[in-house]
Amino acid sequence: MIAKQASRLTLFLLLAPAILWLGLLIVLPHVEILVLSFSERIAPRVYAFGFGNYLEFFTEPLYWRTFARTAFMSILVTALTLVLAFPIALYIARVAQGRLKAMLLLLCLLPFWVSELVRTLGWMILLRETGVISYMLRSIGLASQPVELLYNDGAVILGLVYGGLLFMIVPLANALESLEPAVVEAGYDLGGSRWTVLRRIVIPHAMPGIVAGCIIVFMLTVGNFATPVLLGGKNGLWFTEQIYAQFITRFNWPQGAAFGMLLLLLSSAIVWLGLRLTGQSLGTTLKQA
Amino acid sequence: MNRPSLAWKFYIAAFYLFLFAPLLVVAIFAFNASPFPSPPWRGFTLEWFTGSGAAVGKPGVLVDPIWLESIGNSFKVAIPVALLAVLLGTVNAWVLERAEFRGKTFVAMMMLWPLVIPGVVLGISILAFFSRLANGLEDWLQTDLDLLRPGLPLVVLGQLSFILTIATLIIAARLRKFDRSLEEAAFDLGASRARVLRTVTLPFLRPALIGAGLVALLMSFENFNTTLMLVGSEAPLPIAMYGQMREGASPAINAVSLLLMLGVGGIASVFALTAKAER
Repeated sequence: MIAKQASRLTLFLLLAPAILWLGLLIVLPHVEILVLSFSERIAPRVYAFGFGNYLEFFTEPLYWRTFARTAFMSILVTALTLVLAFPIALYIARVAQGRLKAMLLLLCLLPFWVSELVRTLGWMILLRETGVISYMLRSIGLASQPVELLYNDGAVILGLVYGGLLFMIVPLANALESLEPAVVEAGYDLGGSRWTVLRRIVIPHAMPGIVAGCIIVFMLTVGNFATPVLLGGKNGLWFTEQIYAQFITRFNWPQGAAFGMLLLLLSSAIVWLGLRLTGQSLGTTLKQA
Repeated sequence: MNRPSLAWKFYIAAFYLFLFAPLLVVAIFAFNASPFPSPPWRGFTLEWFTGSGAAVGKPGVLVDPIWLESIGNSFKVAIPVALLAVLLGTVNAWVLERAEFRGKTFVAMMMLWPLVIPGVVLGISILAFFSRLANGLEDWLQTDLDLLRPGLPLVVLGQLSFILTIATLIIAARLRKFDRSLEEAAFDLGASRARVLRTVTLPFLRPALIGAGLVALLMSFENFNTTLMLVGSEAPLPIAMYGQMREGASPAINAVSLLLMLGVGGIASVFALTAKAER
């Protein structure tokens, strides 16, 4: 009996940090913004329950357009990242051997250990009107005027794809690693063309990696702040920026909380949909990554 | 797979160029003797690191109090985050790998949850919750609780909320590989529980503890989204950099970035070495 009580006490002590962490830093704060998002200001310093913040979102075009734009561009960025990363992952997993393989993977990892802001700074120096690419275009005579490549959607997409690449390459390469070479050869022996083998054998085998990579890249892209703001400037229009503006600039916390809930909903919905469509579970997906 | 075609190889080469181009220009323009981080090249200088500001208009990073302060602030956040992440992560790993209780799968799922919440949302939710807490406690205790207001302590809590998940996963993965008969042998030889922990289990976990600490340190140093929502007047490095970049920065920011790259490279190679030792 005493032993049982002692072990219960041990269990409680072991669980205490997890309960404090998840309770105070995750669950209660989310309850707080959920409650906050349903409160409306009816008089100075007086708030009441209501759906006003969500109504505001649907009636003000700037808000829902920014939201839709963020969602759409994030899907586009995810798809582009997948297409760009696939040949690299295939090369690392199936072609490169030994030291070259380790080197290529390490070289992929390196830029991503460096802060997102440093990488964004690099793109700004390359793309801006007085930047490196503009300077090079002029010096080889392809342009007579300085060329502004920054502050447009292309720059935002470029920066976001760049930021997502690693998180796509690693799960893809992991998934492709386990593909038996004999299976691929059998595909060729049975008369399959390169394209057929890729489509019918390689891609289905890589599916868990593709799903994991896409989910992670999408989540990171949708929640990004610095890249769209710095590379897009006034044309960046990212939803996280709206949340920041409501919370920090305008000090309208209930509105910002509603936006936060919507972003969380969008991010979770796409993750859930991706898992659902491909029949994967979150646990195995996170392990892939 | 058959032999790679030339086009494929060309693509690989172009890809790696694309990957490193932004980092290279950041590094190169840290040494350009021009007030702006852009071409043309006006000669090599170390002014942006150690200069007094007489030659290029602004002092170098290593003597500029603004940059030094923000680097200091980053350490004030990163060190507590790393220590707490290792300490609490170890206890969490124990819960995941050793404890048996009802609802354990639920707890395990909950521990993964912070990874799927956007950083900005983590930031605002913690900001809002702790403000309410502070308001309530201040009314009740009749004192000021600046600790719970935007500032470095709140940044520590905000970053810890998701870095703890990563630390837990790293340490739990190592604990899973531990052969428990080693502990039993130590018990049979008459060692106390504390002694077994100190002489058998923790030495086995050491590479994972160091690894988790380094990863936590790096993630804390680089975190931007969550930190942005929780900072007060003292800005850690990424926030200070962001401010400078919006204004149109001098090459001093390249110098800071280069120092950051070198620091990160150093930590990452220590991490890679401990990971190798683990195998």
